[in-house]
Amino acid sequence: MTPLTPVITAHWDVPDYFTLEGYKRHDGYRALPKALAMDPDSIIAQVKDTGLRGRGGAGFPTGLKWSFVPQNDGKPHYLVVNADESEPGACKDVPIMMANPHALLEGVIISSYAIRAHHTFIYIRGEVPQAIRRVASAVREAEQAGLIGDNIQGSGYNLRVTVHSGAGAYICGEETALLDSLEGRRGQPRLKPPFPATHGLYADPTVVNNVETIANIPWIVNNGVEWFRQFGTEKSPGFKVFAVSGHVNRPGIYEAPLGITMRELLDYAGGVRGGDGTVKFWIPGGSSVPMLTADHLDTPLTYEAMAEAGTMLGTGTPMVFNSTISVVKAVTRWLEFYKHESCGKCTPCREGTYWITGVLDRFEHGAGTDPDMKLLEDLCANITGRSFCALGDAAATPYPAAMKYFRDEFEAATHTPVDETYPSAASYLFTELAPR
Amino acid sequence: MTLAPHQTSVQPVDTVTVSVDGIEVRVPKGMLIIRVAELMGIEIPRFCDHPLLDPVAACRMCLIEIDGQGQPQPACAQTVTDGMVIKTQRTSELAKEAQEGVMEFLLLNHPLDCPVCDKGGECPLQNQAMTVGRPEARFDEKRRTFPKPINVSAQILLDRERCVSCARCTRFADQIAGDPMLELLERGAQQQVGIGPDAPFDSYYSGNTIQICPVGALTSSLYRFRSRPFDLVSTPTACEHCASGCALRTDVRRGVITRRLAWDDPEVNEDWNCDKGRFAFLYTADGRVETPLVREDGRLRVASWPEALDTAAHGLAAARGRAGVLTGGRLTREDAYAYAKFARLALGTNDIDFRNRVSGDEEAQFLASMVAGRRLGPTYSDLDHAPLVLLAGLETEDESPIIFLRLRKAVRSHGLRVQAISAVRTRSLDKLQASWWACQPGNEAWALRQIIDGPQGADALAGLRQPGAVILIGERLAGVPGALSAAAALADATGAKLGWVPRRAGERGALDAGALPGLLPGGRQVTDEGARAQVAAVWGVRSDVLPSRIGRSSSQVIAAIRSDAARADADSEPAVQALLVAGLDVEDSPEAGAFRQALDEVPFLVAVSTHHNEVTERADVVFPSAVVAEKAGGFTDWEGRVRSFGPAIRESSSVADGRILAMVADVMEVPFGTGDVASLRAELDSLTPSTVTRAAAPQVASSAAPTPESGYALLATWRLLLDRGRLQEGEPHLAATARPTEAVMSRATANSLGVANAATVTLSTARGSVTLPLAIGDVADGAVWAPLNSEGCALLGIGATYGSVVRVTGGAR
Ligand SMILES: Cc1cc2nc3c(=O)[nH]c(=O)nc-3n(C[C@H](O)[C@H](O)[C@H](O)COP(=O)(O)O)c2cc1C
Ligand code: SF4
Ligand code: SF4
Ligand code: SF4
Ligand code: FES
Repeated sequence: MTPLTPVITAHWDVPDYFTLEGYKRHDGYRALPKALAMDPDSIIAQVKDTGLRGRGGAGFPTGLKWSFVPQNDGKPHYLVVNADESEPGACKDVPIMMANPHALLEGVIISSYAIRAHHTFIYIRGEVPQAIRRVASAVREAEQAGLIGDNIQGSGYNLRVTVHSGAGAYICGEETALLDSLEGRRGQPRLKPPFPATHGLYADPTVVNNVETIANIPWIVNNGVEWFRQFGTEKSPGFKVFAVSGHVNRPGIYEAPLGITMRELLDYAGGVRGGDGTVKFWIPGGSSVPMLTADHLDTPLTYEAMAEAGTMLGTGTPMVFNSTISVVKAVTRWLEFYKHESCGKCTPCREGTYWITGVLDRFEHGAGTDPDMKLLEDLCANITGRSFCALGDAAATPYPAAMKYFRDEFEAATHTPVDETYPSAASYLFTELAPR
Repeated sequence: MTLAPHQTSVQPVDTVTVSVDGIEVRVPKGMLIIRVAELMGIEIPRFCDHPLLDPVAACRMCLIEIDGQGQPQPACAQTVTDGMVIKTQRTSELAKEAQEGVMEFLLLNHPLDCPVCDKGGECPLQNQAMTVGRPEARFDEKRRTFPKPINVSAQILLDRERCVSCARCTRFADQIAGDPMLELLERGAQQQVGIGPDAPFDSYYSGNTIQICPVGALTSSLYRFRSRPFDLVSTPTACEHCASGCALRTDVRRGVITRRLAWDDPEVNEDWNCDKGRFAFLYTADGRVETPLVREDGRLRVASWPEALDTAAHGLAAARGRAGVLTGGRLTREDAYAYAKFARLALGTNDIDFRNRVSGDEEAQFLASMVAGRRLGPTYSDLDHAPLVLLAGLETEDESPIIFLRLRKAVRSHGLRVQAISAVRTRSLDKLQASWWACQPGNEAWALRQIIDGPQGADALAGLRQPGAVILIGERLAGVPGALSAAAALADATGAKLGWVPRRAGERGALDAGALPGLLPGGRQVTDEGARAQVAAVWGVRSDVLPSRIGRSSSQVIAAIRSDAARADADSEPAVQALLVAGLDVEDSPEAGAFRQALDEVPFLVAVSTHHNEVTERADVVFPSAVVAEKAGGFTDWEGRVRSFGPAIRESSSVADGRILAMVADVMEVPFGTGDVASLRAELDSLTPSTVTRAAAPQVASSAAPTPESGYALLATWRLLLDRGRLQEGEPHLAATARPTEAVMSRATANSLGVANAATVTLSTARGSVTLPLAIGDVADGAVWAPLNSEGCALLGIGATYGSVVRVTGGAR
């Protein structure tokens, strides 16, 4: 059994770990002086060598991204931390910010130094005021301790950190929509190219990274490439903060090397809760990645193996569904989410999500038709690869994946309302609270 | 095959080779795929794409296949790279399917409004639906509906369910006009175009959004439900409203103009025009002079053409050598030329003037020296490429709207710097990010001289010395002694190109045609014997037939009539025996009172007019003439570019001024020619542009504006684009989008005038007063701005004009 490897989460049981004091007591801010003594380029090189891949969902190599920022161009550079975590099923960045805000900040300072940014924005999902408060007060503490501000630790390096609250749009997690939102515009993705690395925030070179990605940085600087690469696989090196949710007995955060299997994570999480005790289907990392079934429990949770299985690692936040869950309903709920969150910019996603939801609603009420199944397939095909940003693509994934494994449920939904086949009550967490 | 987009200056470009649908082409690097395909004659369907707007790639209609890329790509946003293999819907199943899929999505929520929609019959969505749409809808769910329509401005209406969210209109507002507040609001399926709370779309260019909307979501109050496109007869025309020179298309339905559109002219207005040009055409209908009229027993009565021609010919013949001709600034160049020729040949006079506005000798000399009869330029394209443009006495948005758009384009695209010598920091200056040199009205000459030799001018001087720099001056400078001399000197000192921007569409044409006391056609001076001979040769007369003394300007003619009348002895010969007046409005004259009296007093008055007005009322003979839409002709824009057009209302039997003059000349037995537009044009084109010797530039010393006494301020004023102008009559929706009539001054000025807390101020002269709401803004201290001719603010009527000293008093808060 692959052992858990708590790094970012190692001291989450320390009650004051979220304070500067508590973090420092557990080796916090040790990487910073080391980094400030280094040449920024060699930090970029080091991160590149670790093979660290972005934890925001797309898995883009972080060091490579940093190296795209033009150096010595005389323009201001920015680091923007993407803490908008809004995807159904994803719940790892908020815990990191709550439990370990200073690791994030230490990563922010080092990363900003590496890319020559003097101003960092942390864009936090608006619905989590606790996390916003926590990060904001960590920033204050760090400022008072001279860790953020002018001439940090006598290095001559200056950095300002601004914590910014989003206003509740999932699309603002998409990095260019996030930048528009940060600039005070309506959050809609920007046309690329130009990419943020050259024309990001205020049209200046910008790196956008996920919270977890940045939180990795202090450990990388402290322990080096070799240490990092001992975890995970060649193409998916390192450890990952897995957030397991859904029908498991112990939902929560499990930090483990990439390559651990879902079966192992399930074990750590105390097995499947409810239903007949088996996994009916699961998603590896957020609603945007296609579902898998019990047949895939031994597939390593790496970028490459997930791709091979026809899905994606995504945010690495697996969600487990037991036998009481109707696939039709699950797909419908996801699509309702995408319909609600579509920014409206491009035709396939705006119109497609609206239409698909309408058809799915019929299925849920047992009024789908045979041609509807083909229609949904067509509609999804007309969105995939045709929409402006990945949100549209994501919206088009649940249905085809569900049809791959559970076509019979859609067929049944052409005559029987889903609530009859899969009564909601069977899935309630707390039966005593269930509506009668 | 090598293709290149339209370019004015030829520079070597890097090219790449790509293949589109199996055809190899070399094209400039960095071109968008959709443009490459266009050049090859391959049409890729599109909705959001517009060549003059930044790409958004939002509608996804233009998806095509590129070899090596798994997913279809938007042709409107992808640039070509060397070796790229592109397949459009013609050769790629993937592209075809993708486009069909997008089309199905677009139609899904689209209402079946086609039979009643203004766009029906000329609608890109409809056309696309016919090409790639499915015959039957697969969508059974409920469509999204909205209460319809909503007003985004008094003129523009929006039917939201027709909108395909292409963001053309919003990008136009943002990128081209720079005006608030047309935005996409909400998200997802609820995304819609909208305005701010109590903040309508406020733009002089709003009508363009209707034209570029690829569906019928935007309509105008004026045209909505008025016609179907296939009932219209369209004619390419030129705009008669200002000297920007827009190419337009005029659509006529059963002999009545129903709408006007901007027509694509990349050299001039590109795809745009202003709302005045688009919506102000209803004046053509009412108040027309329909038949010739002659005065009998003190009253005008209907007369036959022969009778009217006889009466006019006799009266004018009797006045030979003692007749004046006032043409106004709105004639076509051919008609203006006809007056210039008629004055010299039939009336034996140089007393002809097109300037029915503030003018003067310095201006006449300036125009003769720097503008009249010269070749094209500076041009719009010069503005496109200029490093610096200096504006003086010119408010571009109000006075030449396309100049504003060009400047803004250059500011956005290559960081053109605009500097303005102006009494007011106007909205347009802000939108141009211009540096504002606050200048009291009347101090422009001094300010221009400061650049040449003042201590603070070095920077600007260096800027203007950069190759390609341009100085643009407005007609208002004619009223500032020394300003035009200073502008000419500045251009001379720096090598900057100098552009004179008149407001009215016919001014430059009339100038080139010789409708000035000192000028014959082509900028030839009346005092120059050789020049006279050249003109006489074209006119087929002996050159001694042409009068050789400089004639009288409009004010001099008016003054002469007034002094004739004042002289008691009725026996002595009047200095002005007859006046021939073309389409002008008396109240546009800065000396309207005297003008009116002169019209009453002149012994014989002939009016050639489209409409009944104060001149026709007083005339002895009135000829009905054709409005622009009823005749062929041309205008010369501020660049010196000729904008010719044919008649839009072909059913009209109205006669152009040139023909009328020819008929009069015929009765007078003066050799004139037929006066038809083709022959007038041919003669004029043989005379202008010319390379004859010009007059020297004026050298009038600059003087400072007076210092107003306490309680007084200097008046800064010009005509707003949308105002009380006669040609805007009959269109209340357009009028409702005019900018507010208000008096604007700086806080310091308001304090020193003691009106800082007043809600309104009254501006008064010895002749009257106007009372306006007071607004505080960026106006040079000591000055107050108010519109020259807006509703409730006809400043000429109280004898006030640019640079006048007016008394300012406050009204209660
Ligand atoms: C609709 C949508 C929502 C996204 N939301 C998030 C998010 O909440 N947090 C995040 O880090 N990345 C999110 N992403 C991915 C970002 O666009 C971007 O890839 C990521 O922030 C880059 O950081 P990384 O390289 O560190 O992963 C989202 C992408 C899309 C298309
Ligand atoms: S796919 Fe299109 S509509 Fe959907 S969120 Fe992205 S840009 Fe907006
Ligand atoms: S109103 Fe017309 S131009 Fe504007 S977004 Fe809608 S479809 Fe496009
Ligand atoms: S800018 Fe001038 S020429 Fe063009 S439409 Fe407007 S008034 Fe006419
Ligand atoms: S025309 Fe290309 S996406 Fe709209």
